[in-house]
Amino acid sequence: MIKKLSVKHLLGIKQLSPNDIELILTTASQFKEVINRPIKKVPSLRDITIANLFFENSTRTRVSFELAERRLSADTVNFSASSSSVKKGETLIDTVNNILAMKVDMVVMRHPNPGACVFLSKHINAKIINAGDGSHEHPTQALLDAFSIQEKHGTVKGKKVVIVGDILHSRVALSNIFCLQKLGAEVMVCGPRTLMPRYISSLGVKVEFNLQKALEWCDVANVLRIQLERQDIKFFPTLREYSMQYGLDMNLMNKIGKEITIMHPGPINRGVEITSEVADSAQSIILDQVENGVAVRMAVLYLLAGRSDY
Amino acid sequence: MAPRLLITPQQFSITINRLCHQLIEVHDDFSQSVIIGLQPRGVNLARRIHTTLKEILKNDAILYGELDTTFYRDDFRKKDLVPNQTTINFIIEDKNVILIDDVLFTGRTIRAGLDAMMAFGRPKDVELMVLVDRRFSRNLPIQAKYIGITIDTIASEKVKVEWKENDGEDHIWLLTNDKDD
Repeated sequence: MIKKLSVKHLLGIKQLSPNDIELILTTASQFKEVINRPIKKVPSLRDITIANLFFENSTRTRVSFELAERRLSADTVNFSASSSSVKKGETLIDTVNNILAMKVDMVVMRHPNPGACVFLSKHINAKIINAGDGSHEHPTQALLDAFSIQEKHGTVKGKKVVIVGDILHSRVALSNIFCLQKLGAEVMVCGPRTLMPRYISSLGVKVEFNLQKALEWCDVANVLRIQLERQDIKFFPTLREYSMQYGLDMNLMNKIGKEITIMHPGPINRGVEITSEVADSAQSIILDQVENGVAVRMAVLYLLAGRSDY
Repeated sequence: MAPRLLITPQQFSITINRLCHQLIEVHDDFSQSVIIGLQPRGVNLARRIHTTLKEILKNDAILYGELDTTFYRDDFRKKDLVPNQTTINFIIEDKNVILIDDVLFTGRTIRAGLDAMMAFGRPKDVELMVLVDRRFSRNLPIQAKYIGITIDTIASEKVKVEWKENDGEDHIWLLTNDKDD
């Protein structure tokens, strides 16, 4: 097994090799043990300062990153766009360079524009972790999803995973497709035609428009939220109609006649893409995903902080 | 120079038995004691000691764990370190801990191990057992209580421990790096 990542930043899954992903997942399983200890903290990153720059709303990812950073003993500063000088007209590079001038080693950034992290990585001298850039990538979510599948099924290789919902606007979908394929899983996407990117099959994924057929095919179903905040036109008539066509309920789960694992990256719109009954069922590993999120983010931070020649 | 054999398989098993009996003298029935092997190489000795103790005492209830020190090391930012599995399914609060590693050299691993162990509670007492003590090479004030063999080495020499579980036979070798002579 390799000992260090081939990349300096975590900008997307696309840039990672299968070996990188395996190193992250193996390291994450050691951190999962750490966060279940009576004392959940290790001193590995005690000399590192991390800035969490969130230019877009987030609860889960932000709390998860903050916990991961603190459990590694890193110092953290938080920043959200709503209460910052971004509102006064400062550019992204200026904002970040000003923060880095205060000696910050790593930046965790969420930004509404696709490619914001790639852009930043070319202009500043710090390690960057993408915590979601617009509808592009959300690498740590894909890594924790892969980790959760591996934990539940023993391996990701050869598993059949269907991603259901708003594929067009979802960064989780794209990162998941890259990650699962690199680990050797078969991926299918399922959703309304209007929410399906036109050339999606060029990524090597199966496309299915009938939810029941998709569920009958798969071992794992990753259900996505409808990204209403990124939709400036109507892609489907009503939420009720979406829910009737693409919502997971117990009725449908019973019909497919086999047990599949249910995942959701959160936040859940209960009663829209998934009913409470399914989301809270024994087949659902939604809360395991959240727990694994901290372990996976600890692994990413730990591996990227890596070697420094001081 | 060819590797020098420090311990033969016969001596090896005598040493393991001696270490076990030394432990029994102090720890009696092990009801208040736990054995913790340090990853990655200390666990070989720890497993052997644990198995042998169980056979001698006819007691299957001796608590045993394996501890990885990677996240507590002081050289983490200077090397690429890949963590190993930690398996400790008990709390060490108020227990007598026997920390086990294969070779005691600079003492830095043991320092990290002491820190790492504290995440599982506050032990009553901690002792260190090593198979090989490389004298006069310590960077930190750490000494072992139970020692398999004590040897004098210089920094460029290496000690290699082979285990019958992994390598077919039990040996301890001293390797000399010619380039550094």
